[in-house]
Amino acid sequence: MQQVFGNKKAIAVFVLPTLILFIVVGFLPIVQSVYYSLLEWDGFGKGKFVGFALYQDLFVNDTYGIKFLNSVWNTFYLAILSVCVQLPFAFFLAHVLARGIKGEKFYRTFFFIPVTISSAVIGLLFLSVLNPNYGVLNIVLDQLGLGSWKHDWLTEDKTALSSIFLPAVWQWVGYYMLLMYAAIKGISEDLFEAAKIDGASGWRMTFSIVIPLIAPIIKVCVIFAVIGSLKFFDLTFIMTNGAPQPATDVPSTLMYNAIFRRNMYGYGSVMAVFMVLECLLVYFALQRLFRSREEEVAR
Amino acid sequence: MISALRTKWSNVVLQFFLIAFAVVQLYPLVWLVLTSFKTNLEITGSNVIGLPSKWMFENYKYVWVGSDLARNFANSLWYTAITVVASGLLASMVSYAVTRMKWKLSKLVLLIIMSGLMIPVHATLLPLFIILRDVHLLNTPWALIVPYTVNAIPTAMFILVGFFSALPRELEEASVVDGCSIYQVFFRIMLPLVKPALVSISIFTFLSAWNELMFANTFINKSSLMTITVAINSLRGLHTTEYGPIAAGMVIATLPTILMYIFLSDKVQKSIVAGAIKG
Repeated sequence: MQQVFGNKKAIAVFVLPTLILFIVVGFLPIVQSVYYSLLEWDGFGKGKFVGFALYQDLFVNDTYGIKFLNSVWNTFYLAILSVCVQLPFAFFLAHVLARGIKGEKFYRTFFFIPVTISSAVIGLLFLSVLNPNYGVLNIVLDQLGLGSWKHDWLTEDKTALSSIFLPAVWQWVGYYMLLMYAAIKGISEDLFEAAKIDGASGWRMTFSIVIPLIAPIIKVCVIFAVIGSLKFFDLTFIMTNGAPQPATDVPSTLMYNAIFRRNMYGYGSVMAVFMVLECLLVYFALQRLFRSREEEVAR
Repeated sequence: MISALRTKWSNVVLQFFLIAFAVVQLYPLVWLVLTSFKTNLEITGSNVIGLPSKWMFENYKYVWVGSDLARNFANSLWYTAITVVASGLLASMVSYAVTRMKWKLSKLVLLIIMSGLMIPVHATLLPLFIILRDVHLLNTPWALIVPYTVNAIPTAMFILVGFFSALPRELEEASVVDGCSIYQVFFRIMLPLVKPALVSISIFTFLSAWNELMFANTFINKSSLMTITVAINSLRGLHTTEYGPIAAGMVIATLPTILMYIFLSDKVQKSIVAGAIKG
């Protein structure tokens, strides 16, 4: 028995292919990114080692005037939008559906559809919806007599950023709804019965039973929403690629453009390294925040 | 009595609200389908919102025959299929070895691969590009299949490790007593038992590989090898004013995921939930 389950050769056959692939394709590249970020390199020939000079160029001097920190702020704006608007709304939908309403399954199924569609399609779709001349949004505003609300959504400084975030919020509401829905469905009906007998109101049940009991999934949603915002790429890339610069710039598209459009490999890698550190830092900060919350509740 | 009336009213309000939201979620997609059947003239002004005056099936023919789209569609299909099978198999093998077999470094291997859940793939873009260039795999299917497979493995393992750990030991031991080798135990006994998990991760991997954009856009620029997501994005550069055919291309690109969702909506939803509970 021991021999079979401790079979070294079999373990190697099961584990090594994946482990090697994972290290070469997933792990080493991160290390390489760190190394590239210390080089001044255009991708041809050998790079010149310059230490942290490019970090200083990017964050302090802004040598190329690309306003990287502004792009970081843009993604935080999306993160805030996501956590403060999208998630509460998703929770509301999840709650209404999970506590039983006519058409529960129908709504749940339909609200989730946009999640299955590629962001390339969503991006192109909303480019048309937001088109100033023949986009659905402006036409509907006109017909409602709200012509003064019309905008050239994607090219005006004020509206451009929100306009590319709109489809992201729209697309993923159903995703967070589903996660919270599944969690609420997992709460034992007895708890609600008991609370009802004790005379708890609907609001009271929401805040004293539902939210505390699904806190773990709320944590998952917040982490996904925030980290997903910081890594935001597809819709910016498809819809504006940063225009009107720098209104809709995000770190990932700046990185992409630095590397593949301007051949600034070292500079782009600085941004890549920044994103890795940023995501890790924010991840642990959120974990910590939720842990201290949990302890407070436990007390 | 009054409270019953109130519940009834609040139900009506809620229903109204839910229907309104369903319209918001679905209308853009319905609009896309309608647009794909319209003429340019209708799309750019004369009939943006209504039904097409004449159903232009030509738009579909135009984009399917007149561009590489059929090719791109097939590319996406088989890149995704290989990714699903390869990542499912590799992840099952490692998950099995980590949870059911006895060796010293199992915890460490699990930790290393699970750390992949935290890595933003963006940071691997340039190094991967350089590696693929150096080994002459840029502009080949493998430039996408290999990274997609690797990126799918951590999530897949997350689900599978849970499933494997929950299986009873006796079954394996009995089959070993009966003379099964470890490979037979794995392929004949254990793998069939985690089938529900395999369905979940297949759906999950299928969706993310089919919809992936950044790698697909970077590692392949030959139009005959492109995936469909990249291809429809480049359509608008090639055919700037052919809005109808572009919309048709977008519908085509969406069909496989939507069809899967229509037929397997409960399974898809389960898969998404399973893939997320890893905070």
